[in-house]
Amino acid sequence: MSTWSNPFLSVSPILCALPKVAKGRQMFWEKPMETLKGDDLKRLQEDRLKETCSRAMGTGFYRDLFKSAGISPADIKTLDDITRLPFTRKQDLRGGYPFGFLAVPLSSVVRIHTTSGTTGKPTVVGYTRGDLEKWSSLIARNLTMVGLRQGDVFQNMVNYGMFTGGLGFHYGAEKIGLTVIPSATGNTKRQIEMIHDFGVTAIHCTPSYAMHLAESAEEAGIKLDSLKTGIFGAEPWSESLRGELEEKLGVTAYDSYGLSELYGPGVAFECQERDGLHIWHDCYLVEIIDPVTGEQLGPGEQGELVVTPLVKEAMPLIRYRTGDVTMLIEDDCPCGRGMKIARITGRSDDMLVIRGINVFPSQIEHVLLGIPEVGNQFMVYVDRVNHLDEMTIEVELSRTHFSGELADLARIQKKVIKELRDALELRTTVRLVEPGSLPRFEGKAKRVIDRRTGD
Amino acid sequence: MPAECMIRQISVFSENKPGKLASIAKALQEGGVNILAFSIAEADGFGVVRAIVNKPEIAYRELTRLGYNVAFTEVIAVGMEDRPGGLYEIADLLGGASLNIEYAYAYSGKEGAVLILRVDNPADAIARIQAGGRRCLPSSVFQ
Ligand SMILES: [Zn+2]
Repeated sequence: MSTWSNPFLSVSPILCALPKVAKGRQMFWEKPMETLKGDDLKRLQEDRLKETCSRAMGTGFYRDLFKSAGISPADIKTLDDITRLPFTRKQDLRGGYPFGFLAVPLSSVVRIHTTSGTTGKPTVVGYTRGDLEKWSSLIARNLTMVGLRQGDVFQNMVNYGMFTGGLGFHYGAEKIGLTVIPSATGNTKRQIEMIHDFGVTAIHCTPSYAMHLAESAEEAGIKLDSLKTGIFGAEPWSESLRGELEEKLGVTAYDSYGLSELYGPGVAFECQERDGLHIWHDCYLVEIIDPVTGEQLGPGEQGELVVTPLVKEAMPLIRYRTGDVTMLIEDDCPCGRGMKIARITGRSDDMLVIRGINVFPSQIEHVLLGIPEVGNQFMVYVDRVNHLDEMTIEVELSRTHFSGELADLARIQKKVIKELRDALELRTTVRLVEPGSLPRFEGKAKRVIDRRTGD
Repeated sequence: MPAECMIRQISVFSENKPGKLASIAKALQEGGVNILAFSIAEADGFGVVRAIVNKPEIAYRELTRLGYNVAFTEVIAVGMEDRPGGLYEIADLLGGASLNIEYAYAYSGKEGAVLILRVDNPADAIARIQAGGRRCLPSSVFQ
């Protein structure tokens, strides 16, 4: 192993795993790394960024990219220097199909995963032995963080094939000594039977499958009393779904974030506070950017998550645009770990620019969720009137909030306009429509109709 | 007795779109509901259709079944003199007692000219109108 392939400094994972403490006490897998902050973190990130840039030179793509940017890896000295480098996008990775982004010989790659592309070829991700070691350590951190330890029985109900969720969680869970059931997907009856018969305490699956599981168990009249922890990821899910899953399954539900290009799941994860996700700053250099201008945004500002993985060997990436919308949360977390990101609220592709202000449909959704007088369905229409962008939002009046009085309707309309203005810093037109009249979407919603044509 | 003078108006939330009134009227017709008086109040793309009907429960059921947002609102109906000054007389009775009229609409039928009123304080309004020598129609006239 090269020196940087064992990045977790001094503390042996085995030592961390041993103490059995009372419920509620903080548990760490690699405490020094998980809680690294300030200058110590910055120094480590700088060292690792430099290493990452050198490693990236093992690929033709990054050699060309540095050359066209007119800089060499030696010019990257501080974290701020990263802005001198352009972003790497998903389509760049596709362009490198199949092995164009490998910085090591294929013989050093011990595993390959792919991510399904909706168009064309998949994206290929390679892992060295060191990569797999680090990835499983990150999963180990996450599972330990939510209170799982030796003695827990973990059923991993996701695809075990090319998808990273199966094997990724599997090896992390084995690492901390959980009893792992690699049940993969399908056969819900059998899944329920195993949870019940094996006394499963923790499950991992997509939130939608968890709901299906809960309903199937309910139908079959089977109580899944042994469950206490649910880890859900791979698709966006709401706080209201969290409440439902927790009630139906009797679990505490945690959000898991990751993407194959950055190893897979485990990049960021909720701690027991469940108020944002800890992203592992020793392994991932985080930027939040304005998706249009590419400029960095500060904590509390919503934008696209851009990640430079700091310890990846087989496939180093620089300033990788995830397409996911989130923000950095500045508040210190009581658990003692580093800065969190907000739960992913959408895709940067969906962003609208209205009179120069960035608007994510998820922000609108969030505002409407907080107003009981209106429903959660909405449509956004954008027009250009006299060279000015005008945004109109249609929202349904709630069935239970119609008093019969026009004045009350006008009050509700004003309230929605005000709350949208507070959240978006934008004046909008709000139209109240009849309940049930807006389109319902299955899968990806098409809530925005942009009718602007060139001026 | 003010209670018998309280009349249940149905109020329907409706977008201001072509065909909406026709759709509401058709639903009432199919339910065998007779519309005695109605008005449309409109603001900024949406409105409220208000109606006094002979069978409010059936009207509520039929419209709700079609997905409409329907509410009952209590109003009062005052018999007016069908001549110039008839409306003034009633408005003056209420205004003189500082009773605020939220909205009003009128029709002329076999009971003569009738003013439908939505007021803040119906019991006071009824008392004031009766003291002024005008008649509040009991709900049995309509429903
Ligand atoms: Zn925390």
